[in-house]
Amino acid sequence: MRVAVCLKQVPDTEARLRVDKEGRWIEEEDLPFKINESDEYALEEALRIAEASDGEVVVLSLGPARVQEALRKSLAMGAARAIHLDDPAFAGGDALATGRALAAALTREEVDLVITGSQSDDVGYGGTGSVVAGHLGWPHVWLVMGVEIEEGGTAKVTREMESGKNEIVRVNLPAVIEVQAGINHPRYASLKGIMKAKRKPLDTVGPADLGLDSGQVGAEGSRLEIVSVSFPESGEGAQLLEGAPDEVARLLVEKLTKEARVL
Amino acid sequence: MASARKIWIVLQQREGKISRMSWEALAAGQKLAAATGGSAEAVLLGSGVDESAREVAGYDLAAVRVADHENLAEYTPGGYVGALAPAIRSESPDLVLFPHTYQTVDYFARLAQETEAGLLPEVTGFDADGEELLWTRPILGGKLVSKVRIRGDEPVLVSVQSGSFSADELSTGQADVSALELDAERVVPDREILGVEEVGGEQVDLTKADVIVAVGRGIGGPEKMGPVEELARVLGADIAASRPVIDNEWLPRDRQIGSSGQTVAPKLYIAAAISGAIQHVVGMKGSRVVVAINKDPNAPIFNLADYGIVGDVHEVLPALTAAVREVKGT
Repeated sequence: MRVAVCLKQVPDTEARLRVDKEGRWIEEEDLPFKINESDEYALEEALRIAEASDGEVVVLSLGPARVQEALRKSLAMGAARAIHLDDPAFAGGDALATGRALAAALTREEVDLVITGSQSDDVGYGGTGSVVAGHLGWPHVWLVMGVEIEEGGTAKVTREMESGKNEIVRVNLPAVIEVQAGINHPRYASLKGIMKAKRKPLDTVGPADLGLDSGQVGAEGSRLEIVSVSFPESGEGAQLLEGAPDEVARLLVEKLTKEARVL
Repeated sequence: MASARKIWIVLQQREGKISRMSWEALAAGQKLAAATGGSAEAVLLGSGVDESAREVAGYDLAAVRVADHENLAEYTPGGYVGALAPAIRSESPDLVLFPHTYQTVDYFARLAQETEAGLLPEVTGFDADGEELLWTRPILGGKLVSKVRIRGDEPVLVSVQSGSFSADELSTGQADVSALELDAERVVPDREILGVEEVGGEQVDLTKADVIVAVGRGIGGPEKMGPVEELARVLGADIAASRPVIDNEWLPRDRQIGSSGQTVAPKLYIAAAISGAIQHVVGMKGSRVVVAINKDPNAPIFNLADYGIVGDVHEVLPALTAAVREVKGT
């Protein structure tokens, strides 16, 4: 099977974040970026499915130049080819604008399956894969914890429901599968893989290559506009205890015993 | 003043029971209608949902609209999008609210794509005081909040995060129930439902625990669990975790707290190296006293904690164990 993976590069949320000068987004300079968590699981799932069927994986990502790091890493993990949607016009898109661009890029590929992560760790819209499916006219399943490719052009898919239950469904292929983190164990790139990745094709496309106007993608093609970002009021209600570990531990136990009376 | 002429709230029901988050979304819809001078209508999808419709009609709404069809008995995106898309196209509500559930997210992006509506997931509030409506939603795992405006005039689909509006504030009334016109040829499932399974069997029932020590990804690995177990032992606590810990298999899945795990309300909840993403918070915010230990002073967990310690869990947890031992004299 030929499997496409759409992945996003996001700021490492473990890093110390700062609001940018305009107060509209976070300061990205010097910020470490990585492949979005559920997207890395998506890539692993795609590689397994492709390997089991003697197929190959093509990986797509939309974003600025730094995104090529994520694409190279994907190639090192085993993807055969990468496509970088690279144009300033693509920037700042909501799920609809980004989904439109990715779907347009996917229509130029012959793929049997598209796998994405379920949600990005930065803006977290959680809808980009479903929008891609809508444009392609394929079924989709969101928050997937298991995929089994069946004979006869269908897939058995396990999707998470609330309250610790999973639903098992069958969809016709081609389809878009949006996986949840934890579905598998993503592999590490081997040294050999990293060496091979340097010679694998990485193509760059802009809106015109995809038959789109720059007004249909990115911030211009979006219905949402982030007007400000800020830290939530910190420590609202929380008593922050300070000092050396021994001191704060004793203080906390005292408060839990005498003030909160829960010990 | 910001205006929204017509607001729909699509409720989620299963076997005739309307979900708690749906009532919260309905409360959000009523508040929006009041703040913008608009009207709120509830929309109910299913098969044989008359009784639920009558229940909803007891609230202050302009109407209760019912899409009743045998293909809507079980949820599928094909059925739900097929039912709602033509209705949204023909009746052009300004805003369509949904509870921010896994089911909603599974289909409403697709509904937005199909109807050329905007998509605004996971809002936690709105501000209608200015010229235009501004929405709040968490970003970057809840570390920051964003304010968002909508561009253009076409409908926008909005999902309302759990706990953001209170179902206790619903105002009652008397609404008419009417059918939502369906294009039956379009209400067609696009997936075959094979069954439902319990995950992990829930061998451990954390809902009965008095004290819980919960760990997040920041704990570092399964080999670092020793101090956690020590603390749990001296406190007589159960050990739990946020999702990344479970995904990494550092603890079994029946220890997971949050939207895809268990919902708990112990008298004491110690969150160690847990940042406080909303998916975790919804499972533990009912706890009586919350202690947060995290090295990041901006971690959102400090916003709902009663006591916070900014520091390294690997230093604080052993110190805490020692301090508890001192008090208990063991």
